[in-house]
Amino acid sequence: MIYSEKVMEHFQNPRNVGVIKDADGIGQVGNPVCGDMMTFYIKVKDDRLEDVKFQTFGCGAAIAVSSMISEMAIGKTIAEAMKISNKSVAQELGGLPKNKLHCSNLGADALHKAIENYKERQKAKERDKPKKSVDKEKCYCPYCEGPIEGAEEFCEICQIELEECPECGKLKNKTIDECPHCGATRMRV
Amino acid sequence: MRKVYLDHIASTSVHPQVVEAMLPYLRNNFGNPQSLHSIGQEAQLAIQEAREKVAGLINAHPEEIYFTSCGSESNNFALKGLASAQRTRGNHIVISAIEHQSVLHSAKSLEKMGYTLTLVPVDKWGMVDPEEVKKAVKKETILISIMLANGEVGTIEPIAEIAQICQGQDVLFHTDAVDAVGNIPVDVKELGVHALSLAANQFYGPKGVAALYIKKGVRILPFIDGGIQENGRRAGTENVPGIVGIGKAAEIASAELERRIERVKPLRNKLIGHLPKEVDHVTLTGHPEKRLPFHASFCIQFVEGEAMLLNLDMQGISVSSGSACTSRALKASHVLLAMGIDHATAQGSIVFSLVEDSTSEDIDYVLEIFPPIIERLRKMSPLYTQYLEERQK
Repeated sequence: MIYSEKVMEHFQNPRNVGVIKDADGIGQVGNPVCGDMMTFYIKVKDDRLEDVKFQTFGCGAAIAVSSMISEMAIGKTIAEAMKISNKSVAQELGGLPKNKLHCSNLGADALHKAIENYKERQKAKERDKPKKSVDKEKCYCPYCEGPIEGAEEFCEICQIELEECPECGKLKNKTIDECPHCGATRMRV
Repeated sequence: MRKVYLDHIASTSVHPQVVEAMLPYLRNNFGNPQSLHSIGQEAQLAIQEAREKVAGLINAHPEEIYFTSCGSESNNFALKGLASAQRTRGNHIVISAIEHQSVLHSAKSLEKMGYTLTLVPVDKWGMVDPEEVKKAVKKETILISIMLANGEVGTIEPIAEIAQICQGQDVLFHTDAVDAVGNIPVDVKELGVHALSLAANQFYGPKGVAALYIKKGVRILPFIDGGIQENGRRAGTENVPGIVGIGKAAEIASAELERRIERVKPLRNKLIGHLPKEVDHVTLTGHPEKRLPFHASFCIQFVEGEAMLLNLDMQGISVSSGSACTSRALKASHVLLAMGIDHATAQGSIVFSLVEDSTSEDIDYVLEIFPPIIERLRKMSPLYTQYLEERQK
């Protein structure tokens, strides 16, 4: 199995799946072009996350990450919840395959977006017109785990063009012949 | 727990008679076929017999069969070997947009070496239009490579028609028939191709052995330089047990082909007929009729392939998916995208490919297990919630 027992357990029995109709904050990240899409709903009372629910379109890792984050976030203060990071989620899950690490970024982002959305609403007092905080064009570089805009195969952080390695199929730096994953060098003239 | 294996396109099982045929060459008959002594000559004889059997399966001459280590090697050998041998005549290569990665990446790697490449589009069924191929061919064209059948969507391409249209153009024509050979009748003379790839683990032979058919008289550069094995075109000590295995698998396939198709096709039709009744928002991918007889592939809206695959696996059902999440590079299937399927729908790709011992009860089990899985995944899908909200408006 490609996933840890903990990941599979959360994937099989995801906690807190659903929609909060009168949510205090909603955060949505990802899009089907990247692969996964997550929506987090939060209910806040006395600066604490009283309830967290999510919906996820995605793979086993994406579902497990969402479930884990919802569990970690419930009962935490806003400040504490903002500290939940992609690393801590992956760690709690007993690790994720390297090419699935971006799922944990997505999950933490979705929760943080929901919290930001809550804060915005607090400021604007626009409770009757719930707006989703949407960040649709976000993908992640499997190298540095940084965000990649849209469907472009270019990582702004690494400043590299990415391409699929012809040998192993993983994303690699286009300008370097040797693939860091499988060590294959492309055919030269 | 019931085990239902429906991942033919990944690999078939190895037929018990194939295992039996191979065993002596893993135990006592260890000789090197190039040795002149009797132990070596015994192995040489076994390889010759296997070559005849593989040739028989596709109506070729034994000396037109070159053994390789896998379908990908056969495809690399064909594209790179044929293109290099024709380099002085031209530099243009034509392939379809839905080729296997071993063809696609071989062509791209040739492109980096100075060849030019045209990808011929496919229609919504994944079908190549022979006229499109004809249009793509120009005077610099030296090689066309179009697959005989696509493993991801099952569509069978009109190879004979394409070959006919290209006749007299002085262009070599290779077909990747890895998913087809041993599963549908394949005759290299009827197809009119110069080269054809096939692999044993797609027709109940072992992994690690495959073959490339190269028509007599067609020039190809060696893929592995070295000794005189495989007529000097693919050097290296032969995988004798594997080659004996592919020979036996070819022999069985030649005899059993019609029966296999007759058995598996009604079961496949049952799945294609019933699944869309049990689950809504399901589309069949690939051609409805011109498809591999064991192959049923779908896109399930609002859910992702890997999540379906893992859920099915937990209930004992093994399948494949072309979703971005199941690919290690996290990219949606180029095949589905080339067919004009959008990213979100392509994410819901699932492929059921039957094997020769699949039963009607297996299909019933899938039809029983699959709908609740989809229902559960849709309940947690934001795309499904969006769809329901929009429908209410």
